[in-house]
Amino acid sequence: MPATSSDSLTAPSRATGRHRSLWMDVWLAFRNHTGALAGAGVFIAIALAVAVGPLIHTIDPHYLDILAKNQGPSLKHPMGTDNLGRDTLAQVLAGGRISLAVGFTAMMIALVLGTLVGVLAGFFRGLDGLLMRLTDMFLALPLLPLLLVVIMLFRESLRAAFGPETGIFLLVVFIIGITSWMQTARIVRGDVLALREREFVTAARSIGTRRRRIITRHILPNVLSPIMVSATLGIANAIIIESALSFLGLGFPPDFPTWGRLLFDGANFISVTPARVLWPGLAISLTVLSVNYIGDGLRDALDPRLRGA
Amino acid sequence: MTHYIVRRLLFAIPTLIAISFILFALLDLAPNDPTGQLPLTIPAEAREQIRESLGLGQPFHIRYAKWMEQFFVNEPLNLVEQAFGVEIGNSEERLRVRSWATRSPVVDLIIERLPQTLWVVGLSYLIGILIAVPIGIVSAYRQYSWFDQLGTFVSMIGFSVPTFFTGLLAIIVFSVTLQWLPSIYDTTHRVTDLSSFWVQIKQMAMPVMVLALFNAAQISRFMRAAVLDNLTQDYVRTARAKGLRERVVLFIHVLRNSLIPVVTLIALGIPTVFGGAIITEKIFRVNGIGELLITAIQGADIPLVQTLSFLFAVLIVLFNLIADVLYGILDPRIRYG
Repeated sequence: MPATSSDSLTAPSRATGRHRSLWMDVWLAFRNHTGALAGAGVFIAIALAVAVGPLIHTIDPHYLDILAKNQGPSLKHPMGTDNLGRDTLAQVLAGGRISLAVGFTAMMIALVLGTLVGVLAGFFRGLDGLLMRLTDMFLALPLLPLLLVVIMLFRESLRAAFGPETGIFLLVVFIIGITSWMQTARIVRGDVLALREREFVTAARSIGTRRRRIITRHILPNVLSPIMVSATLGIANAIIIESALSFLGLGFPPDFPTWGRLLFDGANFISVTPARVLWPGLAISLTVLSVNYIGDGLRDALDPRLRGA
Repeated sequence: MTHYIVRRLLFAIPTLIAISFILFALLDLAPNDPTGQLPLTIPAEAREQIRESLGLGQPFHIRYAKWMEQFFVNEPLNLVEQAFGVEIGNSEERLRVRSWATRSPVVDLIIERLPQTLWVVGLSYLIGILIAVPIGIVSAYRQYSWFDQLGTFVSMIGFSVPTFFTGLLAIIVFSVTLQWLPSIYDTTHRVTDLSSFWVQIKQMAMPVMVLALFNAAQISRFMRAAVLDNLTQDYVRTARAKGLRERVVLFIHVLRNSLIPVVTLIALGIPTVFGGAIITEKIFRVNGIGELLITAIQGADIPLVQTLSFLFAVLIVLFNLIADVLYGILDPRIRYG
């Protein structure tokens, strides 16, 4: 920014003296996006509730109180109970921990894979054709059927190896991760292709910077914004896929219910206790909605053409 | 153009072969045994014979080659024979992909289930498009108006709320509370007169609307973005400057250009709609292809799972190609090198 006005020359500490970083600008633009801000608020609230909630609402989600089955909302059970007398609120809170954990972990796997493939394909000419054909092939795979098949095949062996909860968690996270990296890879590759021809990369290369260093120092920081947007959308995607799998009865077992599994179990009692469908469904929907709004706001905030306006 | 299509078709073949190999190998790794569910009193020799009769005695590559032959040669020939009533070669002896659970040919099972899926899913996609396109146009034309704000919000909700929740919500409201609509789709119902037609409409209403809303949400977001892109173009200003009426500018100039990416998106979405319909079919107990796949997966009916998932892959590759070709036809600026 050219400092032409006399104000900024004489009093640099006030107006321009505070260091304006990229992330400060992004935050300022993000703050103006009402939907994104509301989304961030709702998402933080859900994450907090899931993290802290079980400490306040101390009923064990596995505790069976058969005398108090199928109850409506009360002070003791704010969301009622299920057909075995388990407390629905406690189950929703416990399920949310697993659902959010699955969302985050699967997103991280997809992100690392997608960024790796995208950077390699964009930076190294020789790998480009091969990696992009691989991406195309993954995009042509029928994902939901494939996920169902893989879970059916490997559920038992993983459960035997790692125990029921960890085994299925690893399986679900892993297969969601390795089937949802393709969009990230494509976007990252496109950006890297444009970046590698830029002057600063040529300059870095001309002074003898190693290729690994060029990638980590010059390329990666510049593709961070599309990666961050994919990250938010990736969480939403992973949560939806996990709940869909659980909803079809092929995800988490009923002893460790996620939100999707709670919906699946509640669906059979829909006329008796509709609350069992309503709350987990609302939790999934609100989480995904808020994450999608955050993604929208982040995309706008990270786009310098929109931010300047 | 023809050159491009031929090249894409040639590339589609190795892709499909690779996918079929992945699917076949994956299912072959299955640690489960198709005779595992039979009574334990069956002696080991008989069990081995059953395995032989299911075609499991041969090594992997032979079974794969046989499955390929059955899928790509025998079954298409059967379909041609049925369609035209002719006999090509020895059709009695021809090997067919058979389901382990029902022992009937897989293709017959799929043909039996296809109409339900096509009706429910196809209709919902059509309704979704019909809702989405006008909403997208008005939203973009009156950007930041209350209609746009509401439309964007609703489409964000429709896009984020999974169909397994909207479907169950619809059942709670319309079946349990109001008792207007049946929650289970009855496939045996035949439309003979006006009242039975009304019953058919009532039972289709919920699955179709739930899927339609989901599709509409996605398409309208895209439509809005496409119209917004075009409204700022120079040709729109030119059209207005030479005194064309606003209606002509919007519906002839802008709409036709905005539909180019949307049509491609619609073509790309068709296979995913089939996949996503698995959930809707499960909720409303529509016995379509998705339901068939789920039962096959739960019963470990490997040939059926293989064929169905591969059919989904074929659909994806095919519609990708269609979308690319459509894009070239609709947009003359695209040149295929």
